[in-house]
Amino acid sequence: MTTLQVDVWRGAESGRYQRFEVPREAHQTVLDVVTYIQRRLDATLAYRFACRVGMCGSCAMTVNGVARWTCRTHVSKVAHGGRVEIGPLANLPVIKDLATDMREFFDKWARARGSLVPTVTRKDDFARVPPDSPARAAASAGIECIGCGVCYASCDVVAWNADYLGPAALNRAWTLVNDVRDGARVERLRAVAGDAGCHACHTHMSCTERCPKAIAPTASIAGLKRATALAVLKGEL
Amino acid sequence: MKNDFRARNHPAWWAFLVHRVSGLALAVFLPFHFWALGQVLGGEAALDGFLAWTEQPLVKAAEWGLVCLLAAHLAGGLRLLALEFLPWRDWQRSLLAAAAGLTIVVGLALALAL
Amino acid sequence: MSARAETKLWIAQRASAAVLALCVVVHLMVIVYAVRGGLSAAEILGRTRGNPGWLAFYGVFVLAAAVHAPIGLRTIAMEWLGWRGRSLSIAVHLLALVLAVVGLRAAWAVFAP
Repeated sequence: MTTLQVDVWRGAESGRYQRFEVPREAHQTVLDVVTYIQRRLDATLAYRFACRVGMCGSCAMTVNGVARWTCRTHVSKVAHGGRVEIGPLANLPVIKDLATDMREFFDKWARARGSLVPTVTRKDDFARVPPDSPARAAASAGIECIGCGVCYASCDVVAWNADYLGPAALNRAWTLVNDVRDGARVERLRAVAGDAGCHACHTHMSCTERCPKAIAPTASIAGLKRATALAVLKGEL
Repeated sequence: MKNDFRARNHPAWWAFLVHRVSGLALAVFLPFHFWALGQVLGGEAALDGFLAWTEQPLVKAAEWGLVCLLAAHLAGGLRLLALEFLPWRDWQRSLLAAAAGLTIVVGLALALAL
Repeated sequence: MSARAETKLWIAQRASAAVLALCVVVHLMVIVYAVRGGLSAAEILGRTRGNPGWLAFYGVFVLAAAVHAPIGLRTIAMEWLGWRGRSLSIAVHLLALVLAVVGLRAAWAVFAP
């Protein structure tokens, strides 16, 4: 039976990688490995998971330097030379070991005005939105985001610019800018423009490269760049 | 926790780095370029004197390098304008290849001419 | 900086980029053509002296560069040097001014008899 050498981050901002030896199994995922360590080798290991079937995004961690969902990462795909390195998501404060503090991620979502501002009441009729209208198609392209934080952890501008709202928040803002039911378009464009907003994106495309839902936040942010520029030229912003 | 090169090891990130570094180098070079040309105000001989200095092989190589940086920055910039303004398509990799190709063509053309 | 001002900076950067794209293509073609058989002042000036077309071209080229380069350097300063605020804004404006002045001087230098 072969074993896997696993280096797991222990501690908070300061700490070290601790090595464990884990038996290899067929079809093993990185989450399986972390679970094995916590249950059989070291009960003090802290980590997050929920669905374990690639739907919730809770198990996102840094595997061999790259942000991924660990339940959807087969060990056979990443364990080159029989070794795997597992750490917490980057760009977020570390609570303990593999668990990060996601508050800033969601605070920025709110700062980008990432929620719908309704314009009708329950007494009014449903909005009729053709699904293949250009605006709805643009919104639909980004709507599947579940806020897992992989894009945020992968973005260097987030690391270089503390105020940068980040790909997920901006992507969500873009879906709302394209939502015909929304009533806060100009306020939202104002919230996402500038050094902390869409204009700080330099198209590194790490977000698009890593998104487990195959969303392209880069495309959404490019849309916000165009929308904010148009709003300034039209005197709306 | 901070990301290292493993998180950055993909084509679009290299394209960004080339674009930023080439821009920085060109921005540093530009004032010298303007100054050198302005030398002609001191008479043709002043400019010719400067041009004679540029005949040295090391300087020629640096010049070739600068033109390559300019071509790379231009190609990368056109790619960015396409990504930001044209409807989004999934052929971004092709854009990157086109930009790289354009840079090489210019570099070769200049190498042949020099 | 306000959202409006930042957006205008972005527009200026992209607009100057478009202008520079055209200028640089011309410039690269001229370089490759001119460099054959060596460079000389006489050759360069033979093209540009007394030629208002080249003066206009280089004038536009210089001004576009004087807008484009400082905005780019500002971004690098903010992200890689952590430089922010008023002092950066002053430095950036100063750089734009210097580039414009030295550049237009050069454009004039190769035009004037």
